[in-house]
Amino acid sequence: MKLDAKAPAGPIQQKWTNHRFGVKLVNPANKRKYSVIVVGTGLAGASAAASLAELGYKVLAFTYHESPRRAHSIAAQGGINAPKNYSNDGDSVYRLFYDTLKGGDYRAREANVYRLAEVSNSIIDQCVGQGVPFARDYSGLLDNRSFGGAQVSRTFYARGQTGQQLLLGAYSVLSRQIANKGVTLFERREMLDLVVVDGQARGIIARNLVTGAIEKYTANAVVLATGGYGNVFFLSTNAKASNTTAIWRAHKRGALFGNPCFTQIHPTCIPQSGEYQSKLTLMSESLRNDGRVWVPKAKGDKRRPGDIPEAERDYYLERMYPSFGNLVPRDVASRRAKEMCDKGHGVGETGLAVYLDFADAIKRLGKDNVAGKYGNLFDMYKQITAEDPYTTPMRIYPAVHYTMGGLWVDYNLMSTIPGLYVIGEANFSDHGANRLGASALMQGLADGYFILPYTIGDYLASTKFPAVGTDHADFKRTETEIQKQVEKLMSVNGKTTVDEFHRQLGKIMWDHVGMARNAAGLKKAAKEISALREKFWKDVKITGVAADVNSELEKAGRVADFFELGELMALDALQREESCGGHFREEHQTDEGEAKRNDAKFAYVAAWEYTGKVSSPKMHKEKLDFEYVKPSQRSYK
Amino acid sequence: MKITLNVWRQQNAQSSGRFETYVASNVSEHMSFLEMLDVVNTDLVKAGKEPIAFDHDCREGVCGSCGIVIGGRAHGPNRAIATCQLHMRTFRDGDTITLEPWRAKAFPVIKDLMVDRTAMDRIMQAGGYVSVKTGGVPDGNAIPIPKHVADEAMDAAACIGCGACVAACPNGSAMLFVAAKVSQLALLPQGQVERTERVLKMVKQMDDEGFGNCSNNYACEAECPKEVSVTHIARLNREYLRANLVKEEQKESAGGA
Ligand SMILES: Cc1cc2nc3c(=O)[nH]c(=O)nc-3n(C[C@H](O)[C@H](O)[C@H](O)COP(=O)(O)OP(=O)(O)OC[C@H]3O[C@@H](n4cnc5c(N)ncnc54)[C@H](O)[C@@H]3O)c2cc1C
Ligand code: SF4
Ligand code: FES
Repeated sequence: MKLDAKAPAGPIQQKWTNHRFGVKLVNPANKRKYSVIVVGTGLAGASAAASLAELGYKVLAFTYHESPRRAHSIAAQGGINAPKNYSNDGDSVYRLFYDTLKGGDYRAREANVYRLAEVSNSIIDQCVGQGVPFARDYSGLLDNRSFGGAQVSRTFYARGQTGQQLLLGAYSVLSRQIANKGVTLFERREMLDLVVVDGQARGIIARNLVTGAIEKYTANAVVLATGGYGNVFFLSTNAKASNTTAIWRAHKRGALFGNPCFTQIHPTCIPQSGEYQSKLTLMSESLRNDGRVWVPKAKGDKRRPGDIPEAERDYYLERMYPSFGNLVPRDVASRRAKEMCDKGHGVGETGLAVYLDFADAIKRLGKDNVAGKYGNLFDMYKQITAEDPYTTPMRIYPAVHYTMGGLWVDYNLMSTIPGLYVIGEANFSDHGANRLGASALMQGLADGYFILPYTIGDYLASTKFPAVGTDHADFKRTETEIQKQVEKLMSVNGKTTVDEFHRQLGKIMWDHVGMARNAAGLKKAAKEISALREKFWKDVKITGVAADVNSELEKAGRVADFFELGELMALDALQREESCGGHFREEHQTDEGEAKRNDAKFAYVAAWEYTGKVSSPKMHKEKLDFEYVKPSQRSYK
Repeated sequence: MKITLNVWRQQNAQSSGRFETYVASNVSEHMSFLEMLDVVNTDLVKAGKEPIAFDHDCREGVCGSCGIVIGGRAHGPNRAIATCQLHMRTFRDGDTITLEPWRAKAFPVIKDLMVDRTAMDRIMQAGGYVSVKTGGVPDGNAIPIPKHVADEAMDAAACIGCGACVAACPNGSAMLFVAAKVSQLALLPQGQVERTERVLKMVKQMDDEGFGNCSNNYACEAECPKEVSVTHIARLNREYLRANLVKEEQKESAGGA
């Protein structure tokens, strides 16, 4: 298979403009004749569905949620980047492009990243137009804050609820299109398979989560906007239902999977408190602006933090990274916290936490000012842990947060299956091996509002579509396969619940495919996952019936796919014999324990093909060329 | 801790429901309420029974999926939180807790504690938006908005669409929910062009969906996880009155021409 990224020629600043001029347009009167399925109504999906319907296409939108407003995007806290340079601090499209590429440790495609930076300003305008209540300063103009990995202030925000407000904006324009009949919404529907007819993506098979019915839908093209797969680790900051099923099933139908092992582990989350833990809660990265990270110098020190004198504390980030201190990027902060705990310096009941201390900030700024900046986060922390961060340091620990990997797409956001587009966190995206804060919201909305609506038109205008109804043989065959899978799951009737299996999988992933990886561990993980997967199909227990609301059955289907993806992640991490961004291979580090990239050998996207056997996938490479930004070793010392 | 649960079980909208009693033992005070339910459900599945169906997703109080009437109160006894943010340390060893779904005419039960709140989406579809299309908007800073106005709009926009206000209201009214959106867009300059039509359409849809009337009971505000204030209801009422006057004037001037 030849991977063609289709990045346009010409100077980087003109690529997108030229490309847009070059694409075929669909005559306005003809747009009505084309239908597009959009799976997912988070930021990426809702913005795409609304924009396509505004153009005149017939859109069928699907979500397993009750309402588009409940998508995982709603939980994003911090903000969204755009190089408006309203702060007059020297920001520009080029600088955002540069920061994103460097932040991703040079494992993303230059042309895509530049375009992302280029369209990001329009997102802010669009959202303001919709009535998104961004934070304002006293002049009534838009306010900005700074975020990790950047030296300029370019993050727009709406209190601690930026994702919520952006999603409600996209939901509002989507609602308008639903009312106008441009979009038909299918809520509480879960896509379980992609239907490919004569090599073209022509529809989906979905399960109605209320009645249990297996339903078939056809269209001229299919867009997946189904989010990330961080929940393969069981515990993550993702919403409970976030899963890989849509992209995984598409992968098994022929879409290549890009860089599956690139996972982001966020350093500041509330640590696990017990075995029953169902998810982890993020504490915004902004806390590291004023909080100081430390652990006791003595191993296993069980004294209360207040009883440990200054001289017996190790402010290890400040010690190791004098110039960036507590503000080192996410991957570095996470890895160092794990290292401290592994060495026995961890705090709290489990020993799996480090302190994030605000005592100095409160002394310096006063309690009121600290409350003004972080009050809602402190409240949230207190609610969960019953501890007061104003008087005792927070306990934090890294947690899985975001997946940079996803289905491979070309410059047009089309996967390797013609007519199958992938947008938002679901694609392997513009973030390389590490995503900077406040850039996932930006990417999801860039894809949905400003990129896909152009590029999909080119495909529709230049493709011949044989008439295909849901009674087509390929639809029937795929439907039968799904029905069989559901029956199989229901009939195992073993002893172990889906969650119990999922937790076991998560533990393998966290121990061996998490923050620090090595060849022996990865090989072990691949084996263990494969064995556990077999056990799953023999011992999973699901009660109730398939023709009804059945949350256990829903979870089982998702976990079955996580089992397969998990193994691919281990294999991908194994082949990448270098450390880059969130992917840290213990064998490849500098003497000081920093990540050691290998550009000569690994400046490529690993795009995996499903061969029919989960344990022996085939890797293809998309070589990455850096014409504008010369890769350099990241240093935060 | 040991907790006894009286849980509403209902097969679907057509069937009638009943309470069933379950005992949750070994409950840790650090567990969230939904984690306690997870444990109960694991036991049910292991015993070959159907788990209790309930909606949830983010488990951090922002997606609006969760919603259980706990001990007679929407989202439980604590103020300003959603069901998923409630922790077991709120309860005491030996407590008996009753769990019911949102009960309102406009929210039919799907199963057990899960209800259908799509009526709220249809109210939004009736007018809860600014009719801008992708592209063709002015620069973000071309529309300055005084900070206190933006802040007040944000207070209203914080609504998570959970429906607790409806469940808490003796009349099953959705006024607080509708007021939150009408108020946000009435405050902001972007919302002015469609101000009149919006409020009329949204209120009409609210009535058509079978939500009750507001009788200034204020149970909604007390149970709202985002503390959306009833002052927004006052603004909704003003907007509605104003819109009707504007409509009448329009009719008169059209008639006079
Ligand atoms: C706690 C937290 C905080 C964050 N904060 C920030 C931040 O401050 N800034 C930032 O830039 N990013 C942030 N992120 C990341 C960002 O929120 C996500 O990457 C982004 O919202 C993903 O959007 P999406 O549209 O791609 O997918 P999602 O919002 O995950 O939407 C997925 C959609 O797909 C649907 N779906 C999935 N599978 C199926 C299926 N099989 N069938 C039918 N429907 C399906 C779902 O119903 C949903 O509608 C944060 C993430 C987390 C977890
Ligand atoms: S107003 Fe409050 S209670 Fe009502 S839907 Fe919104 S958040 Fe829920
Ligand atoms: S689960 Fe999202 S608000 Fe409770």
